[in-house]
Amino acid sequence: MEKQRNVLQMSGLNVTVKSQQGMVPLVQNLQLELKPGKILGLVGESGSGKTITSMAILQLLNQKAMRVEGSIQLHGRELIGLKEKEMRSIRGKDIGFIMQNPMNAFTPVYTIGSQFVETIRIHTGLTKKQAIALAVDSLEKMNLQEPAEIMNMYPFQLSGGMLQRVMIAISMCLRPSIVIADEPTTALDVATQLQVLRELDRLRTECGTAILLISHDLGVISELADEVAVMQKGRIVEQADVYRLFDYPQHDYTKKLLQARPVLPAHEELSKLVI
Amino acid sequence: MSLLEVKKVSHSYGSSRSFWRPSNDAQVLSDVSLSIDQGTCMGLLGTSGAGKSTLGKVILGLEKPQQGEVIFQGQNLYKMDSKTRRGIRRDLQVVFQDSYSSVNPRLTAEKIIGEPLENYEKLSPAEQQRTVANLLEMVGLTAADMKKVPRQFSGGQLQRISIARAIALKPKMIVLDESVSSLDMVNQMNILNLLNELKSVYGLSYLFITHDIRAAYSVSDSLAVLEKGKIIEVCNDKNDIFTSQQPVVKNLVASILPEHPRNRTLSAGKSRA
Repeated sequence: MEKQRNVLQMSGLNVTVKSQQGMVPLVQNLQLELKPGKILGLVGESGSGKTITSMAILQLLNQKAMRVEGSIQLHGRELIGLKEKEMRSIRGKDIGFIMQNPMNAFTPVYTIGSQFVETIRIHTGLTKKQAIALAVDSLEKMNLQEPAEIMNMYPFQLSGGMLQRVMIAISMCLRPSIVIADEPTTALDVATQLQVLRELDRLRTECGTAILLISHDLGVISELADEVAVMQKGRIVEQADVYRLFDYPQHDYTKKLLQARPVLPAHEELSKLVI
Repeated sequence: MSLLEVKKVSHSYGSSRSFWRPSNDAQVLSDVSLSIDQGTCMGLLGTSGAGKSTLGKVILGLEKPQQGEVIFQGQNLYKMDSKTRRGIRRDLQVVFQDSYSSVNPRLTAEKIIGEPLENYEKLSPAEQQRTVANLLEMVGLTAADMKKVPRQFSGGQLQRISIARAIALKPKMIVLDESVSSLDMVNQMNILNLLNELKSVYGLSYLFITHDIRAAYSVSDSLAVLEKGKIIEVCNDKNDIFTSQQPVVKNLVASILPEHPRNRTLSAGKSRA
């Protein structure tokens, strides 16, 4: 029953930051698990600790200013306290990361191709030629036109939506077991947003990747997630199947979030109108 | 008579041209006409790069269009002396998307909101302080926030301060350029509610520029869609947007995210429904 095991298991995660007022808790007693091929949505307002959680998984938090306690296990292997060198071989290979702002995620002075190939060659023993072939292939899968030309372009020559798809291509080309998508569509316009969500959906069905989808937009969550955890002030206040959460919210905060959805005419009517 | 009328405005950005070098200007707006009545809100939709923000700037009097005219309260915005223009400035305000870069980081909230008052109203210091406190309360903050500087506020709070500054002089119209797009949904809802309330209480008019139909629908009375610099659809009743035959508009409507997982469009999750 190896396949049924959780890809990622977090338990009792606490993150505290040192400040003048003493230790301030950012994330408290967090329990989360990611299952293969499933998407876990993490919602909550700004400042509730969503991004801190994802940074804790990647061990990217400043060790001097913050204290991370508890346990984060990837395939049963404890990540907390792992040496930086070992962590580096995990980031990008086992855990892919898609950031909110694609413009800031690339180095502006290198071409897309060189950044792509660098990632591939660090984690695999492929030759440069093979790496380029793999990169072009994954760009093509992302519905980007003329991938060979994109390889020679600089980040500023691409639009935000294209860059975001390049970032997804990079994070999925090594078939990681987990992808952390931190507000992947917040910076994009609505038409591009749907495209990016489609690619994420394909990633989990084709590669069986477990996705941690962080978003404040319940529209994104209801489109993609299987299970949802609601965060408020560093704690998970409710966790349920996405259908159950939308139909029977338990916690007051979840109810408040659901009420904050903009109102449109009933969706059934709408689909009648459009067809 | 409508409050604002945009008549056949065309505009392009480009490099300087000369006799032997043909211009390669990018046409941003071509033949755009629309009108907004007192006390109503028009939502301006479009994908990125459609020319929404340029149209906003033209309406604010910040970017002189190459052709066409903008009539605000019966006067041409680009053919008036500086004295009249100063009066118009008062009635026409703006709130931008990025609240952090639209306020001076060194000023306190009191100074930020008080600045338009200092310029237009001659109030005594005590009166001005009272007005600012009232404005802060109106947007859901407290008088105690007056002494704080921008970095002590969250993005949502700072956006409220920008709104308080915009309504300080009781304008006739506010241009909201993606003003709620970067906020989380609870904050977004609060600000949209506030805008609706101000509209009904003071008879304010808005031009609400956004790419998000959901947000536009909840505050607007009418909707217009801009695509490649042209107005391709005007819906005087906002519900008409859902029956539009324009492919671009259909595509926008089709990309509205579902309110409930049972309405999702993706294949993988749908099979469970």
